Amino acid sequence: MKEKAKLLDQETMNRSLVRIAHEIVEKNKGIQDVCIVGIRTRGVHLAVRLAAFIKNIENKDVPVGILDITLYRDDLTMISSQPIVHKTEIDFDMEGKNVILVDDVLYSGRTIRAAMDALIDLGRPKSIQLAVLIDRGHRELPIRPDYVGKNIPTALHETVEVHLSEVEGVDEVVLVEKDG
Amino acid sequence: MAEFAWNKKDLLGLEYLTKEEIELILNTADSFKEVTTREIKKVPALRGKTVVNLFYEPSTRTRVSFELAAKRLSADVINIAAETSSVKKGETLIDTGKNIEALKADIIVMRHNYSGAAMMLARHLNISVVNAGDGWHEHPTQALLDMFTLKEKLGKLEGIKVSIVGDIAHSRVARSNIWGLTKLGAKVTVCAPKMLIPPGIEEMGASVTCDIEDALRDADAVNVLRMQFERDQNSAFPQQMEYFMKYGITEERLAKAKKNLIVMHPGPINRGIEMSSEVADCPQSVILEQVTNGIAVRMAVLFLVSQAREGKDEAAN
Amino acid sequence: MKLLIKNGRVIDPANNLDDVRDILIENSRISRVAKTINNGADKTIDAVGKIVMPGLVDMHVHLRQPGREDKETIASGTRAALKGGVTTLLAMPNTNPAIDSVENIRLLQDIVGKTAVANVVICAAITEGRLGKVLALIAKFRKESVAAISDDGSSVDSSAVFYKALRKARENKILVICHCEDKALSAAGVMNLGPVSTRLGLKGISSESEYKRVQRDIQLAEKAKASVHICHVSTAESVEIIAKAKKKGIKVTCETAPHYFSLTEEALLDYDTNKKINPPLRSRADMEAVKEGLARGIIDAIASDHAPHTISDKDIEFDRAEFGVTGLETELAAAITYLVLPGVLNWVELIKKLSWNPAKILGIDKGTLTPGRDADLIIVDPEKSWLVRKEDFISRSKNSAFIGANLKGVVEATILSGKIVYKQEIKG
Repeated sequence: MKEKAKLLDQETMNRSLVRIAHEIVEKNKGIQDVCIVGIRTRGVHLAVRLAAFIKNIENKDVPVGILDITLYRDDLTMISSQPIVHKTEIDFDMEGKNVILVDDVLYSGRTIRAAMDALIDLGRPKSIQLAVLIDRGHRELPIRPDYVGKNIPTALHETVEVHLSEVEGVDEVVLVEKDG
Repeated sequence: MAEFAWNKKDLLGLEYLTKEEIELILNTADSFKEVTTREIKKVPALRGKTVVNLFYEPSTRTRVSFELAAKRLSADVINIAAETSSVKKGETLIDTGKNIEALKADIIVMRHNYSGAAMMLARHLNISVVNAGDGWHEHPTQALLDMFTLKEKLGKLEGIKVSIVGDIAHSRVARSNIWGLTKLGAKVTVCAPKMLIPPGIEEMGASVTCDIEDALRDADAVNVLRMQFERDQNSAFPQQMEYFMKYGITEERLAKAKKNLIVMHPGPINRGIEMSSEVADCPQSVILEQVTNGIAVRMAVLFLVSQAREGKDEAAN
Repeated sequence: MKLLIKNGRVIDPANNLDDVRDILIENSRISRVAKTINNGADKTIDAVGKIVMPGLVDMHVHLRQPGREDKETIASGTRAALKGGVTTLLAMPNTNPAIDSVENIRLLQDIVGKTAVANVVICAAITEGRLGKVLALIAKFRKESVAAISDDGSSVDSSAVFYKALRKARENKILVICHCEDKALSAAGVMNLGPVSTRLGLKGISSESEYKRVQRDIQLAEKAKASVHICHVSTAESVEIIAKAKKKGIKVTCETAPHYFSLTEEALLDYDTNKKINPPLRSRADMEAVKEGLARGIIDAIASDHAPHTISDKDIEFDRAEFGVTGLETELAAAITYLVLPGVLNWVELIKKLSWNPAKILGIDKGTLTPGRDADLIIVDPEKSWLVRKEDFISRSKNSAFIGANLKGVVEATILSGKIVYKQEIKG
């Protein structure tokens, strides 16, 4: 794997997230029945940041949950050779709420499909909206995001990596060339 | 960074697992426990897979526990009880296993009255074999749920002191617990009348005592095994009373032990023989939690075993 | 017909010989053993670099016929024997029917006469049906060329009956071979009692169940002034008891089998039924004591206890599998690998235990290369290593404890009564 280009730096990433936070508040006319659920692992960090930004805007707390979709994946969403199951932690009632699902990169759409199946098994949300930092195209299922940080067209032999200060110590989005 | 992978197609015993593998099962079980608290207690992880419960010894609890675990993973479950099946017609274990494999089942959960039966079956089949108890040898999922329960209550397993009381010589629960606990750094003591202590059990890592107060003294937990007595009309009564007097877990004995000594039992309990009724129901008893945790642990085991990739075509362990 | 074997290292313990020699065989006997023989021979074998020794005399073999021809027959068993370098064997009487009467002895001799390709010596039973209750008519056996009596597979539990048998055997100059096992102590056990049986959750057979019976049999033999031979010695205690008895001058000999000096109970950790034997594989200390017993001369002979079983008898749950392992085709190589190579025995001592001693104990004229004797000998490549594989066994049964092991020593040719009856195929 070879890093090809830096697509977003920290400042740009930040601005995108702030904008998404505003869009969420606007679309839902406030945050009365809104809750945020991040998809493990990076989606969770992004979800926490979004909740913080929303608090700055509305001066109110939005509940944040963690979703592990390992048990709902189809074979094609396997990232590593061996899925490790982690805990789903959603300790609020999703009944009647507008759930904002958060992930770092939207690609084939299969992860989101699995996440939606999981959410529906867990409760009865009023609506599910999707927020992603990057949309890199190549959808294999009819899934579309409600909020997008940046649209980045990519080739199939490339991949997009989101690095977060919580994980890698730096905020950036890079384009990577896959070997072979 | 490569994540630790589970690559064994079978679960035959805790003797054959590394510390890391046992910890993986316990951590995975933790995630599955959360599933059992949801309103819809189902995840599609084993959807379309078939789990066959092949029980040569009658057992309602373990079988039901495995069945529920499989169903909560959305698997299809078939129960084969030896009494009613072709086994009675003299079909060998290996032939029975191969027939089940030919039906394209994915996992066989087997309980058998002979030690080593699970290993033998696993050697001959490509599908997964999960040992639900083989003779006196191992009952790995019982020990795993015991350890899961202890970890939940005490926060860790390393350095804790566990005493196992009962017919150690003939207990697969004891053996599996000794393997699992010692691998994770716990100290294990077995306690039984002399003739129920098997030779060389120290080599498995356990200390031995024949005195119940000795066993309970510094223990953090006591795992009380079920005692089986001969159905001999004449000797049964005095034998049982004698056992209760010398080894029964009573409130008096608990009072002399650590304040929060955890009391465990694989079930079903013989009230008044292994422990008094009061102890079975006391706040220190985690017997019912063990049952609940059993489902999560078995879900984890079925899930991991079905995920094994490299191990699929290799022989067991 | 003259057969000449040249340049081999000839080892004949009976004649204290271990040197390069030529051997001339005429018709069925050994004619000459000398430094150089250049007689015109019909056939000459160049045995340079090989060892030439008397054919093995295996005094403990189960041929299963009559009764369980699915496991082995006299024909298949003796064929397997020749491949392993065994030219004479003692057939144990636990067949169906047991060889417990003149009628059954003759029945067996008939089959042997018609189908055996190696020398088969008959061992008859001590008691009727080997049940340990009623003595067989031992007085009649000597005339039928029976070399020994044994209830092998079982011990005669009643001391009274056994004592009577010993007296009868002494009167009739017949050897009593003792399977020493107190079934009351070994009941339902399937492997050695100890930390490994604990680990595996299997019922154990204690050392006591063997050595206590060895003690009893020797004591009764002393009282009856009879000769006894203890078979398949497996425990350290048994070796010591026999050592003490020999020191006292009691007429006792004994044998052990290759698995007792090469494997221990740890070989059972994966529940391999091909290692389920009675007496069972014992502890490391027992194995070392057996090796020491061989080195010290306390154990006189090595015999295979060849016990063939079918797949359906063995490839089942450990508790239910039959006891026994085959041994005819591996005993020589196992003995070379586990005794000669590590220096426990030298070649002369080994060959003594494999042929000369067993022949003497049984009172038969075999196990030596003395001129005038039967030309039963083998040519062995002591250096060749081979992997023991199920597919390569000639025996009907494949339940060998050595499958997967690398052994050293291959029988290249077996000569019986002056004829080459087995030659190793040279694999390209």
